[in-house]
Amino acid sequence: MDRSFCRMTGLTKAFGDNLVLRGLDLDLPAGQVTALMGANGAGKSTLVKILSGVHASDGGRIEIAGRDFAPATPAEAIRGGVVTVHQSIDDGVIPDLDVASNLMIDRLAEPGYGFFLRRGGLLAEARGIAARMGFDIDVRTPVAQLGVADRQLIAIARAMSHEPSLLILDEPTSSLSALEAERLFALIDRLKARGVAVLYISHRMSDIRRIADRIVSMRDGEIAGVFEGDALDYEGAVNAMLGHGLTDADLTMAQPGRAVVEMTGLRLRAGARPFDLTLRENEVVAVTGLLGSGKTALALALFGLHRPAGGAIRLDGAPHTPRSPAAAIRAGVFMSAKDRASNAVVPGFDIARNISVPFLGAVSTLSVVSRGQERAQAQDLIAALDIVCRSDRDAILSLSGGNQQKVMLARWLSQACRFLVLDEPFQGVDIRSRRDIGAKVRRTAQGRATLVCVAELDEAFEIADRIVVMHDHAVTAEFVNRDVDVGAILSAVTGSAAEGQAA
Amino acid sequence: MTVEADKTTASTRATGQGGRVALDLAIRYGFLLLLAGLVLFFSVFAEGFAGPRSAVFIFQSVAITGILALGVTFTLVVGGFDLSIGSVATSSMMLAAYMMVVLEQGAGATILACLVMGALIGVVNGILIVRFKVPDLLATLGMMFLLVGLQRIPTEGRSISVGMTLPDGETAAGAFSPAFLTMGRHRFDLFLDDLVPAPVVFLIVIGVLVWCFLELTRHGRLMYAVGSNARAAALTGTNVNGYKVLAYAISGVLASVGGLLLAARLGRGDIASGTNLLLDAVAAALIGFAVLGAAKPNAFGTAMGALFVGILLQGLTMMNAPYYTQDFIKGAVLVVALVFTFALSARRARGGG
Repeated sequence: MDRSFCRMTGLTKAFGDNLVLRGLDLDLPAGQVTALMGANGAGKSTLVKILSGVHASDGGRIEIAGRDFAPATPAEAIRGGVVTVHQSIDDGVIPDLDVASNLMIDRLAEPGYGFFLRRGGLLAEARGIAARMGFDIDVRTPVAQLGVADRQLIAIARAMSHEPSLLILDEPTSSLSALEAERLFALIDRLKARGVAVLYISHRMSDIRRIADRIVSMRDGEIAGVFEGDALDYEGAVNAMLGHGLTDADLTMAQPGRAVVEMTGLRLRAGARPFDLTLRENEVVAVTGLLGSGKTALALALFGLHRPAGGAIRLDGAPHTPRSPAAAIRAGVFMSAKDRASNAVVPGFDIARNISVPFLGAVSTLSVVSRGQERAQAQDLIAALDIVCRSDRDAILSLSGGNQQKVMLARWLSQACRFLVLDEPFQGVDIRSRRDIGAKVRRTAQGRATLVCVAELDEAFEIADRIVVMHDHAVTAEFVNRDVDVGAILSAVTGSAAEGQAA
Repeated sequence: MTVEADKTTASTRATGQGGRVALDLAIRYGFLLLLAGLVLFFSVFAEGFAGPRSAVFIFQSVAITGILALGVTFTLVVGGFDLSIGSVATSSMMLAAYMMVVLEQGAGATILACLVMGALIGVVNGILIVRFKVPDLLATLGMMFLLVGLQRIPTEGRSISVGMTLPDGETAAGAFSPAFLTMGRHRFDLFLDDLVPAPVVFLIVIGVLVWCFLELTRHGRLMYAVGSNARAAALTGTNVNGYKVLAYAISGVLASVGGLLLAARLGRGDIASGTNLLLDAVAAALIGFAVLGAAKPNAFGTAMGALFVGILLQGLTMMNAPYYTQDFIKGAVLVVALVFTFALSARRARGGG
C-alpha cells in the first residue's frame, strides 16, 4: 500500500438530471495538504458533502485507511475521523452560546456525556483547545459579540477538538485577516506533522502557495489535473480548472470625466483620521484593506446607512447626506451589499422578481406590476451577464453562488445611476463568474462613478482603474492600476507605511 | 462497463423525472383535489348536504372567518403574525352594538368608528413590533388580552342588546339601524331566491381586492420581499417598517369588518360569541399555503382554506358528528395541510437543487 489515507474511486452523484460527479478518482495522502480548486458547479461542494456525510454518493467507493467509508450522517463521518469546516460560518457556530459551549458542543452531543453540564470541566477543556489554537480570548464571551473572523476560528477550533484524521476546510480564509490566516496556517502545519490529511478548498493563490503540497483541479465533476512537486504550477492548475488559459485581465484605462463624488475631510468614525477622496465619471475605483479597515463603513455612509463623524460628501457638487437607502437611491447612488445571502437575495422570489425589487416602479403602471415587462427586463440582463439558468422564473436559490451574485449585480444595473457602490461583489464567486462580473462592471462604467470594495488584491487588479487602500477607517494610499508595486500596496494595507504614504 | 453505467444513470434519471412531475402535481393540485373529494364524500353520505340550504350555511360560516383570515394573510406575508384579530373582531362587534344601542348613533358613524378602531389597533401592534422590537407573537398576544378585557369594561361584562339595563340603572334607548342589520342578514338571489348571504359578497369583494393588491401591485410585491428577507428589502430602499405597520393596520381593519358583520348578523353585542374566530382564521390562512403549491401566504389559498374548513364543519354536522369532535378534526386537517406545504415543497426544492 502507498501512503494514501483516503482514496476515492469512481464517485458519481446526480441531483435530478444534473450529473454533478462523473466518476471521480482522488487520493488524499496522510500528512499532506491537498488544495482543491474548481469553478462553481465543478462539484467541489458535492464532494465535500459526500465526504462529510451530508449526501450519499450514487456510485463508486471511498476507502479510509484501507476500509470502506460511507457515512450516512455527519455524526458518522466525524466518528470516522473526517471533520469538515463548512464555508458558511453561521452553520458552524451558535451565536447565543458562549465560546466554551461552542467549542465543546459536539462533546455535549455525544451519547456518553451525561445529563448535567459540568461547567468547570467544560471551561477548562475549552481553554485548552483555545490555547492550542493560539486563540487569545475569554471562553465565556458570547459568540454573538464576536466578529466574523473569530467565529470562523471557533468553527475551525471545534473541528480540531475531534482530532480528525482527515480535515476538510472549505474556503476557510475567506473572512480572515492576513494575521488570522497565518495562525490557521501554523495550525495546519502542526496537523500535517501529526500525519493528518488536509483537503483545502480555496482559490487564494497566496493560501495555496503557503500551505499546499499538491493542487487538484476539478472541472465538470471530474479531476482535470493534479499538480505536485517542489514548485507547484498554479497557472497550470487554474488552466486545468477553467479549461482555457488564464489571460491577464485586459484593462483599458478609462478616461476619467467630471468629479461625481467628492469627499473632503471625511471622518468615518470618531477618532479616525480625516481623508479626501474624489471619484470621477467613467472610472472604476477599488477600495481594499484588511477586515475592519472601514471599507464597509465607507460604503454604508455613501448609501445612507452610516453617519460619518465629520467632513463632507458631495455628489455632483451638492451635499450628499442621505438618511436612508431610499434617499440614496433617489439621489442616484446604488449599492450592492456584501454577504449576498443575508443582505441581498430574496429567497422566496424567482430571478426576475429578485432583479426588479429596487425599481418596481420602472416595470409598473399606477403601481400595478407588469409581469411581462419584468420578465423581459430579466431576460435581457440574463443574456447580458451570461447568467446560467433554465429561465428567468428559476428560483434564485437554485442558482450557483456566482450566478446568484450576477443576479444581484443585474438588479443594480437594470437602471442607470450616477454612482454605483459594490461591496465585496466577489464573495463566494468562482473565478469565471468573477471575470464576467468584473468585465460587465467595467463595460457599463461609462457615465457613472464606480466604487468596488474588495478584500483581495487580485480582485482589485482585475477590476480597477485606481486602487485606494484603507487602514483604520481612513484612506491611506492611492495607486493607479498600472505596473503597480505590489509591495507598496501590501505595506499600505497592513498599515506599516501609513505614516509616510498618506495621499 | 461504461455503457452499463450510462444506462443505469439514464434510467434513474427517467424515474427521477417521472417522480418529480408526480410530486409537482401532488403539491399543486393535491389540496384542491382533497376539497373536491370532501364535497363528493359529504354529498353521498350526508343527507341534505348537496343542496342550496346547506350551501347557505357554509357560506355564512365561511364569510366572517374568511375576512379575518385575509387579514392574517397580510401579516404572514410580511413575516409576522397577528394573534389579536379575534379580539379585534369581538371588540368591533361590541363597539358597534354600544354605538347604536347605548350612544344612539346611526349606521354610518358606527361603521366608521369600528374601522378606525381596527386600523388604530393594527397601527399600535405594528409600532410595538417595529419600533419597540417586541416579537410579533408577544405583541399581538398582549393586545389580544388587552382587548378581551377592554371590550367588557363599558358594560361591566354584560352583552349589549336592545333595551338592556345600563350600569347606571337606566334602560338603553337606542336600536340597531335596519340598514346596518341588512349587512349581516340580507340574502341575494342567485339562481335560487335568497341564496347568497350579504357577508359572502363582502368576502368575495375583499378577497378579490386583497388578491389584486398582493399579486399585482408593487406594494404587495414589496410586502412579500419584506417577509422573505427584510434586510435585503431594506437595502434596496424598501420602507420595511412602513410595510409592516401597514400589514398590521390592514389586518386590524379587516378584523373590524368581520366584527361589524358579526354584530349585524347577531343583532346584539354578544360577549360570548367569536371565541373560535382567531383559530379558524389562522387555520384557513395556513391551509392556504398548501393550495396550488404556493408554499407562501396568499389570498386565493386563504379563501380556499376558509371554504375547506366551512365545508368540513357543515358536512360533519350534517353527518351528526358531535360538536366536540369538530376542533379535533380541524386540527388534524391543519396538520395535514402543513405537511403538504412544508415537507413536500422541501422535497421538491431538494430534487430541483
